[in-house]
Amino acid sequence: MSKNWPLWEIFVRSKNGLEHRHFGSLHAADAEMALANARDVYTRRMEGVSIWVVESKHITASNPENNGELFEPAQDKIYRHPTFYELPDDVKHM
Amino acid sequence: MNNENLYNYILSIADNSLILAQRLGELCGHGPTLETDIAGTNISLDLIGQTRSYYQYAAKIQGEGKTEDDIAFLRLERDYKNVLLVEQPNTHFGYVMGRQYLFDVFHLMLMNELLKSKDDTLAAIAKKGIKEVSYHKRFSGDWVKRLGDGTEESNQKMQEAIDDLWTYTDELFDLTEADKAMIAEGVGVDTSKFKEQYYTEVSDLLKEANLEVPERKYFTRGGKKGTHSEYMGYILSDLQYMQRTYPNMEW
Repeated sequence: MSKNWPLWEIFVRSKNGLEHRHFGSLHAADAEMALANARDVYTRRMEGVSIWVVESKHITASNPENNGELFEPAQDKIYRHPTFYELPDDVKHM
Repeated sequence: MNNENLYNYILSIADNSLILAQRLGELCGHGPTLETDIAGTNISLDLIGQTRSYYQYAAKIQGEGKTEDDIAFLRLERDYKNVLLVEQPNTHFGYVMGRQYLFDVFHLMLMNELLKSKDDTLAAIAKKGIKEVSYHKRFSGDWVKRLGDGTEESNQKMQEAIDDLWTYTDELFDLTEADKAMIAEGVGVDTSKFKEQYYTEVSDLLKEANLEVPERKYFTRGGKKGTHSEYMGYILSDLQYMQRTYPNMEW
């Protein structure tokens, strides 16, 4: 039966104030079970304070074949990095 | 021994957790899916953690210089005080979740009462354990509902498990001499106070799960007094093997 369970992508926030990050994926019959499974698989060593689950089929991914036109044009445009600004020391997680 | 009743009382609570943890531990690496495998092992480890706290305290009460490991590994079968329910085998996943749920509902009610114990150590162990046990109950109850209200086959298997395990539920509420002495001192929990509540809660979930509540006039008991089922010897031979074969071995 487990082969028929859909795949879910798991996002975990490791502490308050930080964003949710993709931790991995797992199988579950529905969202509630995905949350329970994610709790046991990904947060049993105190890795998180919040979990999001999204069924994998709802994620639209870019096609690696299009990487050239999508990403390469950005390579020689360093002026798009905000490295020319001075950041105050108090600003974190930038 | 300073307080034999307290010692026996602690063991009667702790042994349930130890033997159930051992049963769940047998499934490590054999769960139906990777996710449920890890979940079962997590529950097992929670229970072992609780068991350690109880046995450390029991060893102190006993005052013979023994350790938690001596109590866990070096007793004879008749000295274990766990109920028969927790030693029942992992026949199939329905049995594993059914056994877990029937125990978890009781366990959480026990912990909630133990929180009010006059014994500070027991109250502290209960306080720490309540969050773990609440999750166990949510997990096992969820699976009983899923299987009961799932396919025709899963419903049949879940019903079979509940029918077989039901006979061991009444023993949860038996009171031994040690129990009665500890209740009188305000240390122990009078489980008879929540027996009705237990059956109401379990029956409500079974109905929600599209399962029949078994009707039974006689129940099987004995574990609390040390009279175990034929499974217990096999459980202990696994559990005690290392300490019996290599005395005083350490990891």
